[in-house]
Order: sequence, then C-alpha cells, then structure tokens
Amino acid sequence: MSTIATETPTTPTGSAAARATDLTKIYGEGETKVVALDHVSVEFRAAEFTAIMGPSGSGKSTLMHCMAGLDSISAGSARIGDTELTGLKDKKLTQLRRDRIGFIFQAFNLLPTLNALENIRLPMDIAGRKPDPEWLDRVIETVGLSGRLKHRPAQLSGGQQQRVAVARALASKPDIIFGDEPTGNLDSRSGAEVLGFLRNSVRELGQTVVMVTHDPVAASYADRVVFLADGRIVDDMADPTAERVLEHMKQYDAKGRTS
Amino acid sequence: MLRTALRNVLAHKARLLMTTLAVLLGVAFVSGTLVFTSTISSAYQKSAEEGLTHVDVAIRPDNDAEAAGPGAAADLGQELLDQVAALPGADSAIGEASGFAALAGKDGKLVGGGFDSRGGNYFTGQNGSGEDTRYPMSEGRAPERTGEIALDARTAERTGYAVGDTVRISVNGPVREETVTGIFTTDDGNVAAGGTLVLFDNATAQSLYTAPGAYDQITVEAAGGTSQQQLKDAITALLPADAEAITGQQLADDQAEMINSQMSAMRTGLLAFAGIALFVGIFIIANTFTMLVAQRTKELALLRAVGASRRQVTRSVLIEALFVGLVAAVSGLLAGVGIAAGLRGLMNAFELTVPDGPLVITAATVIASLVVGVGVTMLAAYLPARRAAKIPPVAAMSSVHAAATTRGLLVRNTIGSILAAIGGVLVVAGINQDDQGATMGLGAAVLVVGVFVLTPLLSRPVIAAASPLLRIGGISGKLARLNAVRNPRRTAATASALMIGLTLITGMTVIAGSVQKAIDKLAAEAITADYVVSTANFSPMDPEIAGTLSERSDVTAVSALRASPAYLAGTTKDEYLTGVDGDSIADLINLPFEEGSFDGLADGNAVVDTTTAEKHGWALGDTIGLTYADNATGELTISGLYEANEMIRGIILDNDTLTPHMQRVQDIQVMLSTTGGVSDAAKSALEEALGNNPAILVQDQQDISEDIAFIFTLMLNILYGLLAMAVVVAILGVINTLAMSVFERQQEIGMLRAIGLDRRGIKRMVRLESVVIALFGGVLGIGLGVFFGWAVGEMIRTGMDTYELVLPWGRMAVFLGLAALVGVLAALWPARRAAKLNMLMAIKSE
Repeated sequence: MSTIATETPTTPTGSAAARATDLTKIYGEGETKVVALDHVSVEFRAAEFTAIMGPSGSGKSTLMHCMAGLDSISAGSARIGDTELTGLKDKKLTQLRRDRIGFIFQAFNLLPTLNALENIRLPMDIAGRKPDPEWLDRVIETVGLSGRLKHRPAQLSGGQQQRVAVARALASKPDIIFGDEPTGNLDSRSGAEVLGFLRNSVRELGQTVVMVTHDPVAASYADRVVFLADGRIVDDMADPTAERVLEHMKQYDAKGRTS
Repeated sequence: MLRTALRNVLAHKARLLMTTLAVLLGVAFVSGTLVFTSTISSAYQKSAEEGLTHVDVAIRPDNDAEAAGPGAAADLGQELLDQVAALPGADSAIGEASGFAALAGKDGKLVGGGFDSRGGNYFTGQNGSGEDTRYPMSEGRAPERTGEIALDARTAERTGYAVGDTVRISVNGPVREETVTGIFTTDDGNVAAGGTLVLFDNATAQSLYTAPGAYDQITVEAAGGTSQQQLKDAITALLPADAEAITGQQLADDQAEMINSQMSAMRTGLLAFAGIALFVGIFIIANTFTMLVAQRTKELALLRAVGASRRQVTRSVLIEALFVGLVAAVSGLLAGVGIAAGLRGLMNAFELTVPDGPLVITAATVIASLVVGVGVTMLAAYLPARRAAKIPPVAAMSSVHAAATTRGLLVRNTIGSILAAIGGVLVVAGINQDDQGATMGLGAAVLVVGVFVLTPLLSRPVIAAASPLLRIGGISGKLARLNAVRNPRRTAATASALMIGLTLITGMTVIAGSVQKAIDKLAAEAITADYVVSTANFSPMDPEIAGTLSERSDVTAVSALRASPAYLAGTTKDEYLTGVDGDSIADLINLPFEEGSFDGLADGNAVVDTTTAEKHGWALGDTIGLTYADNATGELTISGLYEANEMIRGIILDNDTLTPHMQRVQDIQVMLSTTGGVSDAAKSALEEALGNNPAILVQDQQDISEDIAFIFTLMLNILYGLLAMAVVVAILGVINTLAMSVFERQQEIGMLRAIGLDRRGIKRMVRLESVVIALFGGVLGIGLGVFFGWAVGEMIRTGMDTYELVLPWGRMAVFLGLAALVGVLAALWPARRAAKLNMLMAIKSE
C-alpha cells in the first residue's frame, strides 16, 4: 500500500456514495498474472464530481468497473452506499446497477432503435418503474434536449447523443453516476457542453458523479481528481484546474521514466 | 485469393456452421433418397430375377387379344401344358394357378396388408417326379388334397405356425380350415418382399383360382442347347389366339422396368421434398454470406484498394462458398447413406419387409449430391458476392459501414407488389381453367416469389400487429420487436424460409381436410345401406357370402355388386357393367335420378349416368346393344338417367341379366340393411355368420368414414414428415439469424446489461425477437397456405359437388403455436450466448 494513499485526505465532509477498501483486482494466473488494482482504498463522496486520472494501464477504468459492479473483485471490498458488492450474485448486482447506478460510456451509449426519450427512460423501463415526470422534465431541460426527444440517435450529433446518455444516467436519480471517458469521442465544444451538464447535475441537482478520463481539461470540471498509477492511488487533488492536473501528470510521467 | 478465401472460411467456422448444416441436411435428403431407392430397386430386381431363374418362357392368357373378346382371355388348359412339356426344346413345364389367399394369424387377424397375400398350386406334374422345384419343402410334405396346405418359411416363422397346425384361410369367400402339412422355402419375389404364400394341391388351387384342369400361367424351362427365343417360337406355334408366350428375359426386363418406374415415381416425390428443403436452405446461405460480406466491408475494400479487381473479389467470396458447399455436400452424402441404411432397418422393424441386398451407392448418386450441395451454396452466395465486388475501395478508409439504402426497398416493393398481384390473379383465374392446374401452379409460384420479395415491407405492419402481445415481455418485448424490424431484409429472408414449409403444410391440410369431408359426405349421401361387405383388399368375393347374408332373417335388403366388361355394339373397347339386385338396390344406395328410376331394372333394363348417356347420345327409353364377356350379344333398355358421382357411375343393370354372361361369378361388394339398423351387436352377428373371416370386412357408415379418414391422416402425416425437413432447415435459419444479430449487437447488449437489464431480460429479448420472426413467417405461411388451399379446392369443386372449404382452425392454431415453438427453440443457443456476453468486452470494443 502506498504511503501517499494512506495520507490522502478522506475527511468525512459528506457521506460516502461509494467506497473501496483494499480493493484488489488480478487478471490471469501464473505467468500471465497482471495486478490491475493493488489494494486501492478510496471514497467517492456524495454530491461531489470526482475524476479518476492516470496513464494507460494505470487501472483507472478497472477501478470504475469494479466500483460500478461491472467487473468482479479479486480481494478487498467495494461498496455503493452501504451495499457491499463483493459476493453479490449477478442478479442482485444487475438490480443494483439498474436502481442505484447511472452509466455514461465513451461510445455505444444509446440503442439505435429507440428515440431519445425512450433511451432516456430505458433504465426505468427495464426496472418497470414510472419515472418522476417533474424530475424527468428538469433533467431534459438541463441537458437541453426538449426539442429532440422524438429523434433517433442516428439523427443526432455526437454531442447530442452523449447528452441523451447523460440524461439517461440522471433520469433514474441514481446514487452515483459513473462515466468512462464520456467526452472521449467528442470534439472539444461538445465535450465542454457535456462536462458542463455533469458539473451542473452535481451542483444543481445534487448528483454524485465519478468520471474516468485522461484529459486534464475534462478533469478540471471535477471537484476532485484521484490519480492512479500502476494500480495504486498516487495522489488526490481538490479543486483542480487543467494546469495543475497537467503539471501533476507530467510529474508522474517523469517519475515513471526514471524509476 | 484462394488462400484468403480458405482463411476466411476457417476464421468464420462457427458462423458458417448453420449454413453448412442447412446444406448438409438438404444434400443428405437427396443422397438418402437416391441411395434408398436404388438399394430397394436393385434388391427387388435381384429377387425378381431369382424368381425367374427357371423360367425360360412363360405362357399367359392374352387379355388384350381380339380373340379374347370383352373381359379376360380363357385360362390355359392341361392339354396345352402337355403339348408344351412334350416339345423337344422344353426340359420341364409347370402349370400355375394362383390368386389371393388371406391367412389368419394366431390372433385371428389377417397376416400382412392383404395386397401381398397370395395363394398358389403345388404342381406335381413336372418331370413326373411328383415334386415342384419352385417350392422345396424344408419341413413336412407338400399338400396332397383339399384341407391341406403348405406355408412359406418366412410366414411360418412370422406367425409361429408349424407342421400339423390348423390354420384359417380365406380365398374369396367362406373361411377354410386347413392343416399345415409342410413348410417350404422359395425365391418367389412376393415372398422375398414380405408377402405370404399359401400352397394348395393342384386340384384345389385350380378350383379356387382357375377351373379344373386350367392354369393361369405355364412356365417352361428350356432343355440344354435351346435358346429362350427358339423355345418361344416353338411354343407360339401351339398357342390359341388368346394366349401369348414371353421369354424369361423379357419377363425380367418387364419386371425391372416396372420396378424402376415405381421407384422412380417414389424417387421423384422424395426429391421434390428434398428440393424444398434445399430451396429453404438458399435463404440461409444468402443471409450468411450477406452478413459475412457486410462485416468484412473494410477488409474487402482494402483488397480493392491494393489492386484486386471486382472479379477477384467476387471470386474470393464464391470460393468461400465452394469450400462450404463442398464440406456440406460431402458430409451430407455420408449422412444420406446413413439415413438410407437406417431407413431400411426401420422398414424391417415395422415389418414392411423388403428383399435383402447391399446398399447401392452409384456414381450418379455421388455426383448428384456433390453437384447439388456445391451448386446450391454457390448459387445462393452469388448475389452477396456481387455486392461484395461493388464495395468501393474508399470504404477501407471510412469508419462508417454503408447503410442499406431505402431506394433498394422501394424498387423491391414495387416488383414484389406486381408479382404478387399477377400471381394472385393467375391463381384465381386458374380455378376455372381446364388445364390440370397449370395456370394455377404458375400463379402460385409467381405469388410465392412476389410475397418473398415483399416480406421486408410486410414485416413492419405484421410485426407491429404483434406488439400488444409483446407488451407482456415489457422492455425486452419492445426491444425484441424493434430489433426484429431492424434489418427487414434479413428478417424477411429468415421468415420466408419458415413460410415455405408452413404454406405447403397448411395448404395440404386445408385441401386434405376439405376433400376428406367431401368424400365422407358423398359416401354418406350415396350409401343408405347399413353395411357394406367386401374383402380386405377389395378383391372379388365368392357369391356364397351374399347368399349367406340374404338368408338371414334380420336382413331386410341385400344386393351384391358385380362387375363385368362388355363391348358396346360397334366397339371393341371394354365398358364396365355394374350388376345389382334390382329389387332392393333402391333401398341401399341413393342415386340422384334426373329421369326414370331403378324401377323395372329387374326386367332387363339398365340405368345410365348422364355423362355416359350424353357421350353416346342415349335418351330414356333407348335400347343399347352390347357384347357380354361370354361373347353373347344382348340389348338393354334405358329406364333411368342418374347423375354420376365419384363412387357410382356407368351402366347399371340387374344381376339376373348380367350373371349368366360372367366368366366367373364374383361379387365386388355386398350391401345390406338389417332390421335393427347399425349396432355393434348386429355387426358382430354378421361377422359371426361369415365365420369371422380374416379376409372379409363388414363396415358400417362410420367404419367407411374412419377408413377414409385413416387414408387421409396417413397421407397427411407422410407429407408432414417429408416437409418437416424444410421446417428443420428453417429453424437453422432462425438460429443463424439470431446468432448474427447477437454478434452484431454485442455492444448494445453489453450496455443494456450495464444499465441494469439482467441476463433473463437479455435472454427474453433474444427469444422474443426469435418468436416474432418465426410467427411472422408462420402467419405468412398459413395465410398463403389457406389461399392456395381455397384456390385448389375451388378447382376440385368443379368436379365434386359435395366439396366445401373446411378451414382447420384447430390445426392452424397448432401450426402457429409450432411456429412460436420454433422461435423459442431456435433462440435457445443464441439467447444463452447473448446472456453470457462479457459486458466489459462488449462496452470496450469499438
């Protein structure tokens, strides 16, 4: 366990929406064994926008997948709220994702056969729940899709599609939203829009967002940035700016080269 | 290019599996049919030849000879036999007298089907040895007098009869109780094919089948050094005008030809169904290659970019098809040989005995199977291959796959609508066309093609109509419905494959059900008798049966039905006369008379159906002249004109008028009514009175209905069985399509799983998509089937008044249910695969 990780400020200002304790993820066995996450302990606070950063292969995506119940955990613990994910059967895990987690992916976020509104309501349709109409309207307005609800994904631009995805993640009022490079496929203007909505959803709607990115500018929208390298948390930065994040990354890059 | 093609086949093994299976099944059907029919054919031929090894010349009455007059020529006399046997070129001569002989098993029931139950004479006059070389006795001795018989060894083994047992036999009438004195072996073809053979002593056989001292055939074996032709020439000189001599070689050839023509009819029939299965397979092959080409757009464009010509691209896809076709055809051929071997075993197990013989795999079978398998695959892959060649090199650079254009569908829909309209019009117009259904057949083919072409268009509304049903499936149902119409061409091709089978199945069911009802009704309307008595194979009966029945006190009306050929004055063509009991026939059958009636039939009059009367220009009261079977001439006055139906037609006269002129007095049927009407007790009493004869059937209206129903059910079941292959291939098609869809939508499925659709939901989604596609095919198939059934029925109705369309709602519901079941079954594997997809891999991959 890294000394820096234990020193990271985990001051309980807000309650934890999700928490990893000694989370370890190992792929393969014997010769091909790869330790993707090495005893990671981290908390994602409620109503906070957290970015996870790190170079390729640092384990940032794996951390998100494990925390979101998309991938199994080799050792340690991962919790969403008070729910321990380790040991949950697929069915319970699916229910948890459905009811308490929102997702935004880099690509292939939407079903091409459904229109924008249907895509937004999809998680609730899956759960067989009625969406809260007031909340739904507010979400749709926030992401600025009111005029395009009947459009199919193919009729929307990349930025608009990703906004639909953000709306979908928000619509079911999940405990936590995970984003995996949500702006990775977008041009900078659309990316900025989407990130703005994510930040607004935290500030105005009180949502909790955890986003994996390798883009310092994207990370600068977050309230906090967690840095990962070689499967360990190496730093934790509050109120980041793009410059500071970039500085940090250069540092790790340099470290990586000298070590 | 060759290497690229081969690599592609190997790389897509799994995805080509269903295609290969589909072709394999079709080819197996073809090769199985060919191997089976040639095996059976050669076995029959061999057994027929064996039966003829001692026959160099056969002498038979020549029924077609002018000297024979109307009806059968006279049997051959003992004198002729003696003359022939005395010829220097003849080594030995055997006189034969044979015919039907029903044998009751130990359970009292008829052994075998009735049509292969034979009886014959044990001929002792040959060479004066007292032995018949045709039938060497393996146990006991030959029959010597009435009351003694010998049984063939196979039948003895089958029934458990042994020397000394008493058996019940019926030849044409009363039951005979006989003692088995011997068991013999024979290479008789009928016995080899599973028939029964009962031997009587010569005199008894003659009294049963011919006349004392007469034979129905004489076979002669040539002496050494005499050729068949020489012997035949010598014999011909001795023959009366109404007999003919045939060489053994000719007999063998005739038999071979008959067997061949019978087997080739069977072969053609089976191949037609194999063709249907292969045709269905085409859709699957085309679907698969279309998908493979679409998935490889970039790769193919790259090939074009680095300099491959269009032809080379087309060829590379076709070479892939060649490999697939070859693998499928070879395995199909092997499977077919296995099926043929299994089928023969199955036939033996069901006592449908066929002569033994090795499996016959001819070069023609091998070539036909390979050509069909490879040909069909390459044909189906041709269009996708052409499309592959049209991929522009620039597609290698762009990241977007070219979407299917709607323009294509517009052209397609127009063509489809025109074809369907023309087809529909032709079918309806064909109803009143007097061309054996040629117009209708053409119309049906055009209509089916039109509907194929239209299926993408039809898929949307038909599947949308199913959406209320899919609501039960919740979001999975909704997604399934949307997925089903996502690639209309593919859905259409998949559904069409199932449609073909169901169209045929439904059409056949509608027609068979309606015709059965019509015949049933016809029989019920035409026959007012309580019972109809006949032999099991409808061979003629001894008049003693009718005599026994008419003596019973509970019988109120009885009439024997007799038939005898005659020439109408001025012609030498056989016209059949039907003899009935003129006094009681009016109570037993119900004929719609247009003029006159049965009254006065007993006074030497006759009634004629209107069609026959019209043909000859006869009117009520006319007198017609004719020559009877005994060459005597006579005249009949027409006392009634009736409307013919499928059961009764022609000239009907009184038995008293007809019988004196008959060569052998025999009854085809006996109809009767009883005081008590129809009851189980009355029927048992009648059966009892006839000695519980294994060969005689006593049937009431219900039994006749059941008989008719049995025949139709059997026929339909055989058709269902044969069409099942087409349905199985269609199932493979649905599996194939679903597997493709699941493969293409991995990322979507991964996303759905991530946002909370559980494995069951994913499975349900795939399953419902499958059910939707299958039901779509089912609805189209059943709809088309009903339409064709109606059209064919309308055509039948023109010749059959009692015909009316019977829609088998129950069956149709079952078919639709089966279509849904097909969907569920086909989805098993793809759904499981979809549910097992690794979510992360699915989301990550780009």
